Amino acid sequence: MRQFLRVAWVVMRKDLTVEMRSREIVYTTVFFAASCVLVFAFALVREGRPLEDAAAGILWISVAFAGTLALGRTFERERHTETLRALMLAPSDRPAIYVGKLLGILALMAIVEAVLVPLVGLLFHAPVLARPLWLAALLAAGTLGFASVGTLFAAMLVRARSRDVLLPVLLYPITIPVIIAGVRGTAALFQATPDEPMARFWAALLLFFDVVFVTLSLWTFEPLMTES
Amino acid sequence: MARVFVPLVLAAMLLFAAAPLVVASAPVEQTMGLVQKIFYYHVPSAMLMFVSAFVCGISSAVFLFRRSAAADRVALAAGELVVLFGAIVLVTGPLWARKAWGVWWEWDARLTSSLLLWMIFLAYLLVRRFGGPGSEKLAGAMALFGMANVPFVYVSVNYWRTLHPKTSVVMTLAPGMRAAFWFCVAAFAAMYVLLLTLRKRLEDRQAEVEQLYLATDD
Repeated sequence: MRQFLRVAWVVMRKDLTVEMRSREIVYTTVFFAASCVLVFAFALVREGRPLEDAAAGILWISVAFAGTLALGRTFERERHTETLRALMLAPSDRPAIYVGKLLGILALMAIVEAVLVPLVGLLFHAPVLARPLWLAALLAAGTLGFASVGTLFAAMLVRARSRDVLLPVLLYPITIPVIIAGVRGTAALFQATPDEPMARFWAALLLFFDVVFVTLSLWTFEPLMTES
Repeated sequence: MARVFVPLVLAAMLLFAAAPLVVASAPVEQTMGLVQKIFYYHVPSAMLMFVSAFVCGISSAVFLFRRSAAADRVALAAGELVVLFGAIVLVTGPLWARKAWGVWWEWDARLTSSLLLWMIFLAYLLVRRFGGPGSEKLAGAMALFGMANVPFVYVSVNYWRTLHPKTSVVMTLAPGMRAAFWFCVAAFAAMYVLLLTLRKRLEDRQAEVEQLYLATDD
Protein backbone atom coordinates (compact mmCIF):
# COMPACT_ATOMS: atom_id res chain seq x y z
CA MET A 1 0.00 0.00 0.00
CA ARG A 2 2.81 2.42 0.90
CA GLN A 3 4.58 1.49 -2.31
CA PHE A 4 1.34 2.18 -4.23
CA LEU A 5 0.94 5.65 -2.72
CA ARG A 6 4.61 6.43 -3.26
CA VAL A 7 4.41 5.57 -6.98
CA ALA A 8 1.24 7.64 -7.37
CA TRP A 9 2.87 10.55 -5.57
CA VAL A 10 6.03 10.36 -7.72
CA VAL A 11 4.02 10.25 -10.97
CA MET A 12 1.94 13.24 -9.88
CA ARG A 13 5.02 15.20 -8.80
CA LYS A 14 6.67 14.47 -12.14
CA ASP A 15 3.63 15.81 -14.02
CA LEU A 16 3.39 18.90 -11.87
CA THR A 17 7.13 19.62 -12.14
CA VAL A 18 7.00 19.42 -15.94
CA GLU A 19 3.97 21.70 -15.86
CA MET A 20 5.55 24.16 -13.41
CA ARG A 21 8.51 24.59 -15.77
CA SER A 22 6.55 25.25 -18.95
CA ARG A 23 3.14 26.36 -17.55
CA GLU A 24 1.79 25.58 -21.01
CA ILE A 25 -1.32 23.63 -20.02
CA VAL A 26 -2.29 25.87 -17.08
CA TYR A 27 -2.13 29.10 -19.06
CA THR A 28 -3.85 27.79 -22.19
CA THR A 29 -6.56 25.93 -20.27
CA VAL A 30 -7.40 28.83 -17.97
CA PHE A 31 -7.58 31.18 -20.94
CA PHE A 32 -9.75 28.69 -22.84
CA ALA A 33 -12.12 28.31 -19.87
CA ALA A 34 -12.45 32.09 -19.55
CA SER A 35 -13.22 32.42 -23.27
CA CYS A 36 -15.87 29.70 -22.90
CA VAL A 37 -17.58 31.76 -20.18
CA LEU A 38 -17.52 34.81 -22.45
CA VAL A 39 -18.97 32.91 -25.42
CA PHE A 40 -21.83 31.66 -23.24
CA ALA A 41 -22.33 35.15 -21.86
CA PHE A 42 -23.05 36.44 -25.36
CA ALA A 43 -25.51 33.60 -25.95
CA LEU A 44 -27.33 33.68 -22.62
CA VAL A 45 -27.40 37.30 -21.46
CA ARG A 46 -30.46 39.26 -22.64
CA GLU A 47 -30.73 43.01 -22.07
CA GLY A 48 -27.95 42.95 -19.50
CA ARG A 49 -29.53 40.17 -17.40
CA PRO A 50 -28.42 36.56 -17.47
CA LEU A 51 -31.11 33.89 -17.86
CA GLU A 52 -32.17 32.24 -14.63
CA ASP A 53 -29.96 29.27 -13.66
CA ALA A 54 -27.53 30.12 -16.48
CA ALA A 55 -24.56 30.56 -14.14
CA ALA A 56 -24.52 26.94 -12.93
CA GLY A 57 -24.74 25.58 -16.46
CA ILE A 58 -22.01 27.87 -17.76
CA LEU A 59 -19.71 26.96 -14.88
CA TRP A 60 -20.04 23.22 -15.47
CA ILE A 61 -19.85 23.34 -19.25
CA SER A 62 -16.67 25.41 -19.00
CA VAL A 63 -15.23 22.93 -16.49
CA ALA A 64 -16.04 20.02 -18.83
CA PHE A 65 -14.57 21.74 -21.91
CA ALA A 66 -11.43 22.91 -20.13
CA GLY A 67 -11.03 19.47 -18.55
CA THR A 68 -11.16 17.79 -21.95
CA LEU A 69 -8.49 20.15 -23.20
CA ALA A 70 -6.25 19.55 -20.17
CA LEU A 71 -6.65 15.76 -20.48
CA GLY A 72 -5.78 15.83 -24.17
CA ARG A 73 -2.73 18.03 -23.70
CA THR A 74 -1.38 16.10 -20.70
CA PHE A 75 -1.36 12.83 -22.59
CA GLU A 76 -0.19 14.44 -25.85
CA ARG A 77 2.93 15.44 -23.92
CA GLU A 78 3.45 11.82 -22.83
CA ARG A 79 2.92 10.58 -26.37
CA HIS A 80 5.18 13.14 -27.97
CA THR A 81 8.16 12.16 -25.84
CA GLU A 82 7.25 8.43 -25.72
CA THR A 83 7.27 8.64 -21.93
CA LEU A 84 4.00 6.78 -21.38
CA ARG A 85 5.68 3.60 -22.58
CA ALA A 86 8.56 4.25 -20.18
CA LEU A 87 6.06 4.71 -17.35
CA MET A 88 4.34 1.44 -18.27
CA LEU A 89 7.69 -0.37 -18.30
CA ALA A 90 8.48 0.78 -14.78
CA PRO A 91 8.31 -2.09 -12.28
CA SER A 92 5.34 -0.74 -10.37
CA ASP A 93 1.60 -1.23 -10.06
CA ARG A 94 -0.23 -0.01 -13.15
CA PRO A 95 -3.17 1.33 -11.09
CA ALA A 96 -0.68 3.43 -9.10
CA ILE A 97 0.36 5.13 -12.33
CA TYR A 98 -3.29 5.77 -13.12
CA VAL A 99 -3.83 7.35 -9.69
CA GLY A 100 -0.75 9.53 -10.16
CA LYS A 101 -1.95 10.81 -13.53
CA LEU A 102 -5.44 11.37 -12.10
CA LEU A 103 -4.05 13.43 -9.20
CA GLY A 104 -2.06 15.56 -11.66
CA ILE A 105 -5.17 16.26 -13.74
CA LEU A 106 -7.18 17.05 -10.61
CA ALA A 107 -4.57 19.58 -9.49
CA LEU A 108 -4.71 21.27 -12.90
CA MET A 109 -8.50 21.38 -12.94
CA ALA A 110 -8.56 22.76 -9.39
CA ILE A 111 -6.49 25.72 -10.58
CA VAL A 112 -8.84 26.26 -13.54
CA GLU A 113 -11.87 26.12 -11.24
CA ALA A 114 -10.29 28.57 -8.82
CA VAL A 115 -10.31 31.09 -11.67
CA LEU A 116 -13.68 30.05 -13.17
CA VAL A 117 -15.83 30.26 -10.02
CA PRO A 118 -15.08 33.91 -9.17
CA LEU A 119 -15.38 34.82 -12.86
CA VAL A 120 -18.86 33.27 -13.13
CA GLY A 121 -19.84 34.85 -9.82
CA LEU A 122 -18.71 38.25 -11.04
CA LEU A 123 -20.20 38.17 -14.54
CA PHE A 124 -23.48 36.42 -13.78
CA HIS A 125 -24.23 37.77 -10.29
CA ALA A 126 -24.09 34.21 -8.90
CA PRO A 127 -23.90 34.04 -5.09
CA VAL A 128 -20.78 31.84 -5.07
CA LEU A 129 -20.05 32.71 -1.45
CA ALA A 130 -23.52 31.81 -0.12
CA ARG A 131 -22.58 28.17 0.66
CA PRO A 132 -18.86 27.95 -0.19
CA LEU A 133 -18.34 24.52 1.37
CA TRP A 134 -21.22 22.89 -0.49
CA LEU A 135 -20.07 24.47 -3.75
CA ALA A 136 -16.54 23.21 -3.17
CA ALA A 137 -17.85 19.73 -2.35
CA LEU A 138 -19.96 19.59 -5.53
CA LEU A 139 -17.06 20.81 -7.65
CA ALA A 140 -14.60 18.38 -6.08
CA ALA A 141 -16.90 15.37 -6.45
CA GLY A 142 -17.92 16.33 -10.00
CA THR A 143 -14.34 16.97 -11.10
CA LEU A 144 -13.22 13.64 -9.67
CA GLY A 145 -15.99 11.82 -11.55
CA PHE A 146 -15.19 13.60 -14.80
CA ALA A 147 -11.41 13.22 -14.47
CA SER A 148 -11.47 9.56 -13.37
CA VAL A 149 -13.20 8.47 -16.59
CA GLY A 150 -11.28 11.07 -18.62
CA THR A 151 -7.84 9.95 -17.43
CA LEU A 152 -8.56 6.33 -18.33
CA PHE A 153 -9.91 7.18 -21.78
CA ALA A 154 -7.18 9.71 -22.57
CA ALA A 155 -4.51 7.19 -21.54
CA MET A 156 -6.00 4.56 -23.84
CA LEU A 157 -6.43 7.00 -26.71
CA VAL A 158 -2.70 7.81 -26.73
CA ARG A 159 -2.20 5.01 -29.22
CA ALA A 160 -5.38 5.57 -31.24
CA ARG A 161 -5.82 7.44 -34.48
CA SER A 162 -7.91 10.67 -34.42
CA ARG A 163 -7.54 10.79 -30.63
CA ASP A 164 -8.37 14.51 -30.43
CA VAL A 165 -11.90 14.04 -31.63
CA LEU A 166 -12.48 10.67 -29.99
CA LEU A 167 -11.83 11.89 -26.44
CA PRO A 168 -14.92 14.15 -26.26
CA VAL A 169 -16.94 11.65 -28.31
CA LEU A 170 -16.32 8.99 -25.65
CA LEU A 171 -16.18 11.16 -22.58
CA TYR A 172 -19.28 13.35 -22.86
CA PRO A 173 -21.98 10.65 -23.16
CA ILE A 174 -20.46 8.78 -20.20
CA THR A 175 -20.11 11.84 -17.98
CA ILE A 176 -23.58 13.30 -18.65
CA PRO A 177 -24.78 12.21 -15.17
CA VAL A 178 -21.88 14.23 -13.68
CA ILE A 179 -22.89 17.30 -15.64
CA ILE A 180 -26.58 16.92 -14.74
CA ALA A 181 -25.82 16.41 -11.03
CA GLY A 182 -23.28 19.24 -11.00
CA VAL A 183 -25.53 21.73 -12.77
CA ARG A 184 -28.65 20.87 -10.73
CA GLY A 185 -26.77 20.88 -7.43
CA THR A 186 -25.02 24.17 -8.17
CA ALA A 187 -28.24 25.76 -9.41
CA ALA A 188 -29.87 24.79 -6.09
CA LEU A 189 -27.07 26.62 -4.27
CA PHE A 190 -27.28 29.70 -6.52
CA GLN A 191 -30.99 30.27 -5.76
CA ALA A 192 -32.00 33.33 -3.76
CA THR A 193 -32.44 31.00 -0.76
CA PRO A 194 -29.96 28.12 -1.22
CA ASP A 195 -31.67 24.73 -1.29
CA GLU A 196 -29.29 22.61 0.79
CA PRO A 197 -31.19 19.28 0.82
CA MET A 198 -31.26 19.36 -2.99
CA ALA A 199 -27.53 20.10 -3.17
CA ARG A 200 -26.91 17.26 -0.71
CA PHE A 201 -28.89 14.83 -2.89
CA TRP A 202 -26.87 15.68 -5.99
CA ALA A 203 -23.56 15.65 -4.07
CA ALA A 204 -24.43 12.14 -2.82
CA LEU A 205 -25.18 11.00 -6.37
CA LEU A 206 -21.84 12.44 -7.53
CA LEU A 207 -20.02 10.66 -4.72
CA PHE A 208 -21.66 7.38 -5.66
CA PHE A 209 -20.70 7.93 -9.30
CA ASP A 210 -17.09 8.62 -8.20
CA VAL A 211 -16.88 5.42 -6.18
CA VAL A 212 -18.21 3.26 -9.03
CA PHE A 213 -16.14 4.84 -11.79
CA VAL A 214 -12.85 5.12 -9.88
CA THR A 215 -13.19 1.45 -8.92
CA LEU A 216 -14.03 0.47 -12.49
CA SER A 217 -11.07 2.50 -13.82
CA LEU A 218 -8.60 0.98 -11.37
CA TRP A 219 -9.91 -2.45 -12.25
CA THR A 220 -9.69 -2.01 -16.04
CA PHE A 221 -6.50 0.10 -16.29
CA GLU A 222 -4.20 -2.92 -16.14
CA PRO A 223 -5.82 -5.02 -18.95
CA LEU A 224 -6.46 -1.91 -21.06
CA MET A 225 -2.90 -0.63 -20.99
CA THR A 226 -1.30 -4.00 -21.67
CA GLU A 227 -0.21 -4.28 -25.26
CA SER A 228 -1.00 -7.71 -26.61
CA MET B 1 -24.55 -23.56 -34.50
CA ALA B 2 -25.12 -24.42 -38.16
CA ARG B 3 -27.81 -26.94 -37.20
CA VAL B 4 -30.03 -24.44 -35.38
CA PHE B 5 -29.40 -21.75 -37.96
CA VAL B 6 -31.97 -22.72 -40.61
CA PRO B 7 -34.81 -23.25 -38.10
CA LEU B 8 -33.88 -19.92 -36.50
CA VAL B 9 -34.10 -18.08 -39.82
CA LEU B 10 -37.47 -19.68 -40.58
CA ALA B 11 -38.87 -19.00 -37.11
CA ALA B 12 -37.75 -15.37 -37.09
CA MET B 13 -39.11 -14.74 -40.59
CA LEU B 14 -42.47 -16.39 -39.85
CA LEU B 15 -42.95 -14.60 -36.56
CA PHE B 16 -41.96 -11.29 -38.07
CA ALA B 17 -44.19 -11.68 -41.11
CA ALA B 18 -47.17 -12.64 -38.95
CA ALA B 19 -46.67 -9.81 -36.45
CA PRO B 20 -48.57 -7.12 -38.46
CA LEU B 21 -51.57 -9.47 -38.79
CA VAL B 22 -51.58 -10.18 -35.06
CA VAL B 23 -51.25 -6.48 -34.26
CA ALA B 24 -54.07 -5.63 -36.65
CA SER B 25 -56.38 -8.19 -35.06
CA ALA B 26 -55.71 -6.96 -31.52
CA PRO B 27 -58.49 -4.76 -30.07
CA VAL B 28 -58.28 -1.01 -30.75
CA GLU B 29 -57.46 1.00 -27.65
CA GLN B 30 -60.30 3.36 -26.70
CA THR B 31 -58.62 6.66 -25.84
CA MET B 32 -55.70 6.64 -28.26
CA GLY B 33 -57.16 4.60 -31.12
CA LEU B 34 -54.91 3.38 -33.87
CA VAL B 35 -51.73 5.09 -32.64
CA GLN B 36 -51.57 2.73 -29.70
CA LYS B 37 -50.52 -0.03 -32.15
CA ILE B 38 -47.03 1.52 -32.26
CA PHE B 39 -46.66 0.14 -28.76
CA TYR B 40 -46.36 -3.44 -30.12
CA TYR B 41 -43.18 -2.50 -31.97
CA HIS B 42 -41.87 0.21 -29.68
CA VAL B 43 -41.76 -1.71 -26.38
CA PRO B 44 -40.15 -4.95 -27.70
CA SER B 45 -37.47 -2.85 -29.46
CA ALA B 46 -36.79 -0.94 -26.24
CA MET B 47 -36.54 -4.19 -24.26
CA LEU B 48 -34.04 -5.62 -26.75
CA MET B 49 -32.07 -2.40 -26.83
CA PHE B 50 -31.43 -2.69 -23.09
CA VAL B 51 -30.80 -6.45 -23.29
CA SER B 52 -28.33 -5.84 -26.10
CA ALA B 53 -26.52 -3.12 -24.12
CA PHE B 54 -25.96 -5.63 -21.33
CA VAL B 55 -24.89 -8.35 -23.79
CA CYS B 56 -22.37 -5.91 -25.25
CA GLY B 57 -21.10 -4.73 -21.85
CA ILE B 58 -20.71 -8.22 -20.40
CA SER B 59 -18.99 -9.64 -23.50
CA SER B 60 -16.66 -6.62 -23.49
CA ALA B 61 -15.73 -7.38 -19.88
CA VAL B 62 -15.06 -11.01 -20.84
CA PHE B 63 -12.94 -9.79 -23.76
CA LEU B 64 -10.92 -7.41 -21.57
CA PHE B 65 -10.22 -9.79 -18.72
CA ARG B 66 -10.09 -13.15 -20.48
CA ARG B 67 -8.66 -11.88 -23.79
CA SER B 68 -11.26 -13.84 -25.73
CA ALA B 69 -11.50 -12.64 -29.33
CA ALA B 70 -14.84 -14.42 -29.74
CA ALA B 71 -16.34 -12.37 -26.91
CA ASP B 72 -15.20 -9.22 -28.69
CA ARG B 73 -17.02 -10.28 -31.85
CA VAL B 74 -20.21 -10.89 -29.85
CA ALA B 75 -19.77 -7.43 -28.31
CA LEU B 76 -19.46 -5.81 -31.72
CA ALA B 77 -22.58 -7.56 -33.01
CA ALA B 78 -24.53 -6.60 -29.87
CA GLY B 79 -23.26 -3.00 -30.02
CA GLU B 80 -24.55 -2.62 -33.56
CA LEU B 81 -27.90 -4.07 -32.53
CA VAL B 82 -28.23 -1.57 -29.66
CA VAL B 83 -27.95 1.18 -32.24
CA LEU B 84 -30.38 -0.54 -34.62
CA PHE B 85 -33.09 -1.27 -32.05
CA GLY B 86 -32.43 2.10 -30.43
CA ALA B 87 -33.11 3.77 -33.77
CA ILE B 88 -36.45 1.93 -33.98
CA VAL B 89 -37.31 3.07 -30.44
CA LEU B 90 -36.33 6.67 -31.11
CA VAL B 91 -38.35 6.83 -34.34
CA THR B 92 -41.52 5.09 -33.11
CA GLY B 93 -41.49 6.92 -29.76
CA PRO B 94 -41.90 10.47 -31.13
CA LEU B 95 -44.54 9.25 -33.62
CA TRP B 96 -46.61 8.09 -30.67
CA ALA B 97 -45.73 11.10 -28.51
CA ARG B 98 -46.94 13.53 -31.19
CA LYS B 99 -50.43 12.04 -30.89
CA ALA B 100 -50.49 11.31 -27.16
CA TRP B 101 -48.65 14.33 -25.73
CA GLY B 102 -48.89 16.77 -28.66
CA VAL B 103 -45.11 17.15 -28.97
CA TRP B 104 -42.47 15.10 -30.75
CA TRP B 105 -40.00 15.13 -27.92
CA GLU B 106 -40.18 15.68 -24.20
CA TRP B 107 -37.18 15.86 -21.84
CA ASP B 108 -38.58 13.05 -19.79
CA ALA B 109 -36.52 10.56 -17.76
CA ARG B 110 -37.04 7.52 -19.90
CA LEU B 111 -36.65 9.35 -23.22
CA THR B 112 -33.46 11.07 -22.13
CA SER B 113 -31.89 7.92 -20.72
CA SER B 114 -32.72 5.93 -23.87
CA LEU B 115 -31.23 8.67 -26.03
CA LEU B 116 -28.07 8.73 -23.93
CA LEU B 117 -27.70 4.96 -23.98
CA TRP B 118 -28.10 5.08 -27.76
CA MET B 119 -25.43 7.80 -27.99
CA ILE B 120 -22.99 5.82 -25.83
CA PHE B 121 -23.25 2.90 -28.22
CA LEU B 122 -22.99 5.15 -31.27
CA ALA B 123 -19.73 6.40 -29.74
CA TYR B 124 -18.76 2.74 -29.24
CA LEU B 125 -19.22 2.09 -32.96
CA LEU B 126 -17.37 5.30 -33.87
CA VAL B 127 -14.32 4.20 -31.88
CA ARG B 128 -14.35 0.79 -33.46
CA ARG B 129 -14.58 2.32 -36.91
CA PHE B 130 -12.15 5.22 -36.60
CA GLY B 131 -9.94 4.35 -33.65
CA GLY B 132 -7.34 2.54 -35.74
CA PRO B 133 -5.41 -0.51 -34.56
CA GLY B 134 -6.00 -1.57 -30.97
CA SER B 135 -9.30 0.26 -30.73
CA GLU B 136 -11.21 -2.90 -29.70
CA LYS B 137 -9.94 -2.55 -26.15
CA LEU B 138 -10.88 1.10 -25.98
CA ALA B 139 -14.32 0.25 -27.33
CA GLY B 140 -14.57 -2.57 -24.80
CA ALA B 141 -13.98 -0.12 -21.97
CA MET B 142 -16.56 2.21 -23.47
CA ALA B 143 -19.18 -0.57 -23.52
CA LEU B 144 -18.34 -1.59 -19.95
CA PHE B 145 -18.54 2.00 -18.68
CA GLY B 146 -21.70 2.56 -20.71
CA MET B 147 -23.34 -0.42 -19.05
CA ALA B 148 -22.29 0.78 -15.58
CA ASN B 149 -23.67 4.19 -16.47
CA VAL B 150 -27.25 3.04 -17.09
CA PRO B 151 -28.44 3.36 -13.45
CA PHE B 152 -26.75 6.76 -13.03
CA VAL B 153 -28.28 8.14 -16.17
CA TYR B 154 -31.65 6.85 -15.05
CA VAL B 155 -31.48 8.31 -11.52
CA SER B 156 -30.06 11.64 -12.64
CA VAL B 157 -32.58 12.29 -15.39
CA ASN B 158 -35.44 11.02 -13.22
CA TYR B 159 -35.30 14.37 -11.43
CA TRP B 160 -37.59 15.72 -14.11
CA ARG B 161 -41.27 14.84 -14.00
CA THR B 162 -42.02 11.63 -15.85
CA LEU B 163 -44.68 11.56 -18.53
CA HIS B 164 -43.82 8.22 -20.03
CA PRO B 165 -46.23 5.33 -19.30
CA LYS B 166 -44.91 3.10 -16.53
CA THR B 167 -43.65 -0.39 -17.30
CA SER B 168 -46.55 -1.73 -15.23
CA VAL B 169 -48.79 -0.96 -18.21
CA VAL B 170 -47.64 -4.27 -19.71
CA MET B 171 -49.20 -6.24 -16.84
CA THR B 172 -52.56 -4.47 -17.06
CA LEU B 173 -53.17 -4.99 -20.78
CA ALA B 174 -56.51 -6.30 -22.04
CA PRO B 175 -56.25 -10.06 -22.90
CA GLY B 176 -56.39 -9.53 -26.68
CA MET B 177 -53.69 -6.90 -26.51
CA ARG B 178 -51.55 -8.94 -24.17
CA ALA B 179 -51.39 -11.88 -26.59
CA ALA B 180 -50.43 -9.59 -29.48
CA PHE B 181 -47.83 -7.85 -27.34
CA TRP B 182 -46.07 -11.04 -26.25
CA PHE B 183 -46.25 -12.33 -29.81
CA CYS B 184 -44.36 -9.23 -30.94
CA VAL B 185 -41.83 -9.60 -28.11
CA ALA B 186 -41.18 -13.17 -29.29
CA ALA B 187 -40.87 -12.04 -32.92
CA PHE B 188 -38.41 -9.28 -32.05
CA ALA B 189 -36.41 -11.54 -29.76
CA ALA B 190 -36.12 -14.20 -32.48
CA MET B 191 -35.05 -11.51 -34.94
CA TYR B 192 -32.51 -10.23 -32.42
CA VAL B 193 -30.96 -13.65 -31.87
CA LEU B 194 -30.86 -14.20 -35.63
CA LEU B 195 -29.14 -10.89 -36.35
CA LEU B 196 -26.70 -11.40 -33.49
CA THR B 197 -25.64 -14.84 -34.70
CA LEU B 198 -25.43 -13.69 -38.33
CA ARG B 199 -23.25 -10.73 -37.46
CA LYS B 200 -21.06 -12.85 -35.20
CA ARG B 201 -20.61 -15.41 -38.00
CA LEU B 202 -19.61 -12.69 -40.41
CA GLU B 203 -16.98 -11.44 -37.95
CA ASP B 204 -15.76 -15.02 -37.41
CA ARG B 205 -15.32 -15.46 -41.16
CA GLN B 206 -13.45 -12.17 -41.43
CA ALA B 207 -11.09 -13.21 -38.64
CA GLU B 208 -10.51 -16.51 -40.46
CA VAL B 209 -9.72 -14.71 -43.71
CA GLU B 210 -7.23 -12.50 -41.91
CA GLN B 211 -5.61 -15.55 -40.35
CA LEU B 212 -5.26 -17.12 -43.81
CA TYR B 213 -3.72 -13.96 -45.24
CA LEU B 214 -1.20 -13.89 -42.42
CA ALA B 215 -0.43 -17.57 -42.96
CA THR B 216 0.26 -17.09 -46.68
CA ASP B 217 2.45 -14.04 -45.97
CA ASP B 218 4.84 -16.06 -43.83
